[in-house]
Amino acid sequence: MKRKHLFVMFAVAVLAAACGSKPVKEDGSTATPVAGTTGNSGVQGNGIPTVDMGRPATGQGAVGPNSQLAAQRVIYFDFDSSDIRNEFVDVIAAHGRFLAGNATVRVRLEGHTDERGSREYNIGLGERRAQTVKRALMLQGVQEAQIATVSYGEERPAAAGSDENAWSKNRRVEIVYIN
Amino acid sequence: MMSRTFRNLCCVVLLLSGMQARAELQIDITRGVTDPVPVAVVPFTHAANDGGADFASIIDHDLASTGRFKALARASMPAQPQRAADVNATAWRTARADYVVVGRATASGDDITLRFDLINVLNGQLLLSDEAITVPQKSPRKAAHRISDRIYEKLTGVRGAFDTRIAYVAVEGTPPSQRYQLVVADADGENSAIAARGNQPLMSPAWSPDGEWLAYVSFEKGVAAVNVQKVRTGELRQVSARAGVNGAPAFSPDGKRLALTLSGSSGNLDIYVLDLASQNLVRITEDPAIDTEPAWSPDGQTIYFTSDRGGGPQIYATAATSGSRARRVSFGTSYAARPRVSPDGKRLALVTQEGASFRIAALDLASNTMTTLSRGALDESPSFAPNGAMLIYAGREGAQGVLATVSVDGQVTARLKSREGEVREPVWGPFTN
Repeated sequence: MKRKHLFVMFAVAVLAAACGSKPVKEDGSTATPVAGTTGNSGVQGNGIPTVDMGRPATGQGAVGPNSQLAAQRVIYFDFDSSDIRNEFVDVIAAHGRFLAGNATVRVRLEGHTDERGSREYNIGLGERRAQTVKRALMLQGVQEAQIATVSYGEERPAAAGSDENAWSKNRRVEIVYIN
Repeated sequence: MMSRTFRNLCCVVLLLSGMQARAELQIDITRGVTDPVPVAVVPFTHAANDGGADFASIIDHDLASTGRFKALARASMPAQPQRAADVNATAWRTARADYVVVGRATASGDDITLRFDLINVLNGQLLLSDEAITVPQKSPRKAAHRISDRIYEKLTGVRGAFDTRIAYVAVEGTPPSQRYQLVVADADGENSAIAARGNQPLMSPAWSPDGEWLAYVSFEKGVAAVNVQKVRTGELRQVSARAGVNGAPAFSPDGKRLALTLSGSSGNLDIYVLDLASQNLVRITEDPAIDTEPAWSPDGQTIYFTSDRGGGPQIYATAATSGSRARRVSFGTSYAARPRVSPDGKRLALVTQEGASFRIAALDLASNTMTTLSRGALDESPSFAPNGAMLIYAGREGAQGVLATVSVDGQVTARLKSREGEVREPVWGPFTN
């Protein structure tokens, strides 16, 4: 079991080709916790993260992040805006209800911007976006201690390119489950 | 266990490839003055220990990079004298040179001494006579840059900034998997060395006033921290790793304090000043808006910064003390950010938005007039040369991040081409001699 886990860590490390970074974290960022599990949410015994889309939402939080809705972990924003667009209100609410019902689960909200404008100001914008999502989650009853924020500004784009298509993918907050 | 071994192996590979990925820059003049002054730099005689350095070519390159001078090709030179007495002014005038530089290198122990003369061949006047510059033999380029500095000052009245260094961030790989390097190089991009590297973002490098230290932001641990690193030895100090944003470091003119941006866990970015010796932290701004990108006036009394307290980002000024009121200094643009103060304190370089483009502009603080200096679509991160004559900044060409320079009057632009991938956030270091 432990050996398997290490093997997965190694595989992830190679796949990510990101030695020195934190492979577990990169792995975790793609994982979505399964409602009702304890401990390593989203990571089954073999260490492979899963998203159980077929399982009905039950128990605390009603809509767990195992639902299709909450499998969406990325909230996108308009240029120079930290307002939550209508299409993401339900997504954030679903995460919020799950987190409110699972007080030991923690998330990191990673704020990002597109490449336009100055870099440190964009760090500010990314932080503001993360804070907006944080407040929306807290409105659902999530405890502040469950939420960490970090802003990467324009430093970690999701998509390459200098057009609106890339920019729209880069203006985002990623909800990362960290346990 | 297994994973650790492989990860270590992977790191060794990265280290080796990283060492080869030297940032070499090459300068192209993209816009110059209409009638640059022709200067003939005659090849210098060599010293036994100079490693075959082509001093004249380095000087040619330095002078041409300002856009105000052009080099006379060697094929057009009527002769290759080494001393002023052997320069036939008439012959050089006929070859269309206005000025001639001749010189000779000699070895002296572990040093190289260069002696040179600068002659105005239009009137026969000897402007610099048997000037001597001595450098360690391992730094022959430095000698050439110092000669360029002397020539530039003699011909323009402005101190040259060729014997200075720059730092910048280089990025390899494509999103979302990128690798970041903090690079230090001579002002012409040569002699580059990697000061820091990692798989997480490195950003916002800033020089200490003595050129010994670089402050920068590292996300090495997944969250932002401000590091201060000694350039020569690599000695590293983490000076701020508080909750939330730790960013935008700027050394005070006396080098003892660091202005920086902190947010705390509430996420409200404000400007603070950290005393590097005592760790005493003073809050400078207190506003719910984004306050960031502090820049000191040369006298250390004023801090200019970016704030969106009025809606969009604009430049504000405040006394560098706690509880001071800020006043807005940028007007007439919807976006003004990342101010840098000229060495004489009279103007700001900043990023402004013009239509869909982001460009470098200079704001004259007395007259409140703003002049756009660059012509790119996504220009950012202006930084003054220590002589105030030029700015270095980052632009974008296609998918590539490139560095460029522009004269403070906007007349001369040059692009520094990099052989490696993306380069960004250039900062021009101080005079050190």
